[in-house]
Amino acid sequence: MEHVDAVIIGAGLAGLSCAYTLAKSGLDVLVVERGDYPGSKNVTGGRLYMNPVRQYLPDIWDDAPFERHVTKEILTMLSDDSSITLTLRSDSFNKQPHHSYTLIRPTFDRWLADKASGAGAAIVPKYKVEHLLRENGKISGIRAEGEDIGANVVVAADGAMSFIAEEAGLRSKHDPHHFAVGVKETVELPKKTIEDRFNLHGDEGAAQLYFGSVTKGLTGGGFLYTNRSSVSIGIVVGIGSLMDDARQLETFQLMEEFKQRPEVSALAQDGETVEYSAHMIPEGGVASLPKLYGDGILVVGDAAGFALNMGIIVRGMDLAIASGVMAGQTISAAKKQENYSAKTLASYETRLNDSFVMKDLHTYRNIWKVLNNLRLFKKYPSAISSLLTDLMFIDSHPKPKLSSTALRHIRKQFLNLSTLKDAASLLTV
Amino acid sequence: MKVEEKLGKNVFKVDKEGHIKINHEICRAKCKPKYCLTVCPAKVYSLDQNGDVQANPDGCLECGTCVLSCLETALTWHYPKASFGVQYRFS
Repeated sequence: MEHVDAVIIGAGLAGLSCAYTLAKSGLDVLVVERGDYPGSKNVTGGRLYMNPVRQYLPDIWDDAPFERHVTKEILTMLSDDSSITLTLRSDSFNKQPHHSYTLIRPTFDRWLADKASGAGAAIVPKYKVEHLLRENGKISGIRAEGEDIGANVVVAADGAMSFIAEEAGLRSKHDPHHFAVGVKETVELPKKTIEDRFNLHGDEGAAQLYFGSVTKGLTGGGFLYTNRSSVSIGIVVGIGSLMDDARQLETFQLMEEFKQRPEVSALAQDGETVEYSAHMIPEGGVASLPKLYGDGILVVGDAAGFALNMGIIVRGMDLAIASGVMAGQTISAAKKQENYSAKTLASYETRLNDSFVMKDLHTYRNIWKVLNNLRLFKKYPSAISSLLTDLMFIDSHPKPKLSSTALRHIRKQFLNLSTLKDAASLLTV
Repeated sequence: MKVEEKLGKNVFKVDKEGHIKINHEICRAKCKPKYCLTVCPAKVYSLDQNGDVQANPDGCLECGTCVLSCLETALTWHYPKASFGVQYRFS
């Protein structure tokens, strides 16, 4: 039976970052991927925040196939028939090293796979793991495509569904309230059109988040990211939230209606949809993480629940990369001791605890509760836009004082106990 | 856009055996809400003439939302075999 230092299940960002780290330290590493190529099963919104990850993978980014560096952060609050948009454009986003990049996973993951194989990792696509091997209660390898492969450590990098973590007994059944579904269309547009529509120069990019009536009061929101010559348009909606709602709204229909909003359709006009994708997103935060290690196994990236919806910031890929690297460091250290027990591999958790991954998950542990407050998505967007609409509107009657219009709205919509409570809850994030 | 039209943009390598099995007894007897019919972004699930849930796994985007929504575990859902299923290019 073939035997390697580490078998990594899944050629996504966490798995490949782990593979790269291990190969660089001279370990024998095999990455198995069920899709036709790395990235073929992967979806992002999306963009990658660079500052958290540069320290983990310092030297590889020069030729990375990024789409655009984001210079414009746009937040749009939608009510049923109006919207309010706030745009932040800052010179600081144009300075090197760039703050964040939009990207497309099949392209990006293949690039990272090339880096890992360049460092000496073996990457095998079209190869699906059937189950884990065990020896004396310890995970000792995988069975895949009719062959057994032994490994000192198996890394579960198999994504949000993580059947591997489940099989290893590291997590219980997923709670739909801890996950969202992301649905996206990639819409091709000429490069020049994108730059004109979003008022961008060269490789500058825009990232737009929409919340409010996108999800008709359910937890979630919409997004639009500019790529080089396409835009990624989509929605994210809480799965538990979809299930709990008596209207039984269709995910497909929510996406269609979002695309038809003038705030979106004008930006995608005359574009051609070239792909329709969907993916599950862990959103339960630190309270719903699985056990991250066991005898002969580590869990990384989405499989470990490492994603963070911070309301106006959505992260996952940076946490995936960092956790993959830390898993690699842990396995390298374990190799020196020739001990792959849970006790030794527990240093993975220590590394994570000392890093931004766990610290940020901990700091934002309450945001999940706040984002599950439906008033945030239903009441406030329409209350604020009706206030602004009244302020801006000139009808046939004499116009009341701006201050009295504002005070009337504030008294009616915001001076009540639930708003006070909501304001207080915002102070927890 | 209709769902068929959207799915038609994707590359799918269809496994005739399918990767989704429904236990109709459990589905019929225990599940009232049938969340799978609405949560799936690819509309893989539909009701047949007898009112039973049927799956057309060919257009499955492999997000797994249906698995989480099936509280009675009437669904047996695996990833498609190696190299089958959706192969994303621009996501």
